[in-house]
Amino acid sequence: MRIRISHTIGYDYAEPARHITQILRLTPRDHDGQHVMSWRIEPSIDGRLRAGQDAHGNIVHSFYADGPISALAIRVEGLVETIDLAGAVRGGPERVPCEVYRRDTLLTAPDDALRAFAEEAAAGAGTPLSRMHALMAATAGRMSCRDASGRSGVGAAAAFAAGEAIAQDIAHVFMACARHLGQPARYVSGYVAPSGGLAAGGGAHAWAEVHLDGYGWIGFDSANGLCPVDTHVRVAAGLDYADAAPIRGARQGGGSEHLSVLVAAREAGGRQPAQ
Amino acid sequence: MVAFDEMTGSGQELRPAYDALDRWLKEAPPETLALRRSQAELFFRRIGITFAVYGDEESTERLIPFDIIPRVLTKPEWTRLEAGLRQRVTALNMFLADVYGAKECLKAGIIPPDLVYRNACYQLEMVDFQVPHGVYCHIAGIDVVRVDADTFYVLEDNARTPSGVSYMMENREVMLRLFPELFATHRVAPVDNYPDQLLATLRSVAPRSAPSDPTICLLTPGQYNSAFYEHSFLADKLGVELVEGSDLLVRDDVVYMRTTQGPKRVDVIYRRIDDDFIDPLVFRSDSVLGVPGIIGAYKAGNVTLANAVGTGVADDKAVYSYMPEIVKFFTGEEPILKNVPTWRCREPQDNAYVLDNLEKLVVKEVNGSGGYGMLVGPHADKAQIESFRRKLKASPEGFIAQPTLALSTCPTFVASGVAPRHVDLRPYVLSGANGISCVPGGLTRVALKEGSLVVNSSQGGGTKDTWVLDA
Repeated sequence: MRIRISHTIGYDYAEPARHITQILRLTPRDHDGQHVMSWRIEPSIDGRLRAGQDAHGNIVHSFYADGPISALAIRVEGLVETIDLAGAVRGGPERVPCEVYRRDTLLTAPDDALRAFAEEAAAGAGTPLSRMHALMAATAGRMSCRDASGRSGVGAAAAFAAGEAIAQDIAHVFMACARHLGQPARYVSGYVAPSGGLAAGGGAHAWAEVHLDGYGWIGFDSANGLCPVDTHVRVAAGLDYADAAPIRGARQGGGSEHLSVLVAAREAGGRQPAQ
Repeated sequence: MVAFDEMTGSGQELRPAYDALDRWLKEAPPETLALRRSQAELFFRRIGITFAVYGDEESTERLIPFDIIPRVLTKPEWTRLEAGLRQRVTALNMFLADVYGAKECLKAGIIPPDLVYRNACYQLEMVDFQVPHGVYCHIAGIDVVRVDADTFYVLEDNARTPSGVSYMMENREVMLRLFPELFATHRVAPVDNYPDQLLATLRSVAPRSAPSDPTICLLTPGQYNSAFYEHSFLADKLGVELVEGSDLLVRDDVVYMRTTQGPKRVDVIYRRIDDDFIDPLVFRSDSVLGVPGIIGAYKAGNVTLANAVGTGVADDKAVYSYMPEIVKFFTGEEPILKNVPTWRCREPQDNAYVLDNLEKLVVKEVNGSGGYGMLVGPHADKAQIESFRRKLKASPEGFIAQPTLALSTCPTFVASGVAPRHVDLRPYVLSGANGISCVPGGLTRVALKEGSLVVNSSQGGGTKDTWVLDA
């Protein structure tokens, strides 16, 4: 599938900011299941954009801009060709051993309820792969996915207690359980083109990947209850949301800020409307 | 358990280094000692040297108790100890370079890889990054304890932001003022060149692109940090600016310090802020103490952070238990300093032994420090032991256990007069581009409560001046 992505993250500042520094993880890489045909990042104001790479192999841009800045928009446009590999992620840059992804982080630390849920979900399944599928089904059954606009994440344990969460926290719930069951698991941010079978998608999305012996990394999208197919464009991976966040920023001055996000991911050719 | 006494050995003899001190203690009337002690306290109050105890609601700032009777080491004792410290710190730096680089020690099976990879202190940002001049741990504080005339054990390696060196210096300063007569009869090796050595170390590790007279600053979390006094003390002694995160800014991967003459480029930062808080763009985003972009500047090679990011993976208490093998692997030598025998609770047979012997052992949290989260079995009540039993069963990998060591004692002036109290020693070891240096001695900490083995200032410990006799 060819997926065209258009993503604009806009900030309006109550007072002009004197300086802005941002770390952007907004650029996908090629792997066996996706080929980036074109991609560009365009800040709305003058500044310096430097490309680099982080420990997970993500493409990272540092953006520095001097004020006064009253508004900033980071605009991303691209076209990606995807193939359905049933969730398998191969041919990507793997810079750190998968053992690293068994670590608990602030956002993925399990509590007793999550540990019990994980053990129960996996109890009947024989192989590690079937345990992860059982866990994904149980997570999808337990958690209802809320629209992310205007909401921020709370972490795995709090999200699980609430029973409903935005996609990033559903990924955290799944990862916390997978790690508790001994599997390396990582967070993935990306885009999903809408399709009939998807409950959540049509824009920015988050899911998880699990490393399984004999298979390598496999995606699990618990918000949708399926392994990522050719509707999913993978952008960045990390230990949790904070580690793979599309934008992390800091500024001097600026007062309060207002965030607005416009995102559309759709099959190129325009069969589906933009969100 | 009879502990080795630094002055009297097993209690019968008088050890040579303590001759003159013993005479002085016998001759000095108790009133004089009491007077000197109150004078010492007055000095410390005037200097304003305080520390904060976390979790103590009554007073946030306290004076650390100072004992006026020095702890004495002979030149041969120190020479051997120093050789051991140099060897240990060399190995620590090589270990860090290896786990963030070639990973030879993991391939060779010296240490289980998951202890490194799953360790939250193993900073992924540092993987395959070349630190300036190859030095990771510029300032190390190695806690050692003594159990007999010849044996020192390393109790703990502190490879992140070890504190206490200001007490080492102030203790000497106060002793020189109060007891000039003792310094007339003893040739005590000086410690006041520590700031010069530290400054030389920091200058030596400046980025290669930096000017020959690099700009150095000391980055503190601020006045609410328990070691803030030390930060301002050291900045003053080093003659460098003391800055908080908000005093630094990063532009295009270069760090600048705000000054009245405008931004000034910074080359080396002696940072006393933990990894987690140093850059909100990379580590904890809720940190207001750090400097956004500082890691980007570091990784671009434009600034040196001392200590390097990610040194915590070397002083983790679970990694500690592998230090003898690590020393052997990297230096090719037998370790000069011993490790305390350690049970790794992550290993089921070790944990079973620990659970059966809790009342005899010291149990420590793998990631704890400052004496917090620690069980001293022989001194604990039933409730404390049972609480640790539950913790050990729930998450054994979070703990190690050690035998209760008979830490050496040293004569100490307490309410009842002069009596033996348990001590440890934290020497400070500096690693720069031109090698390792270490001022003679270090900080002696003393457990002031009779029989207590916990020397941490947060748990009722005090300090003493530490003398290394030149002859």
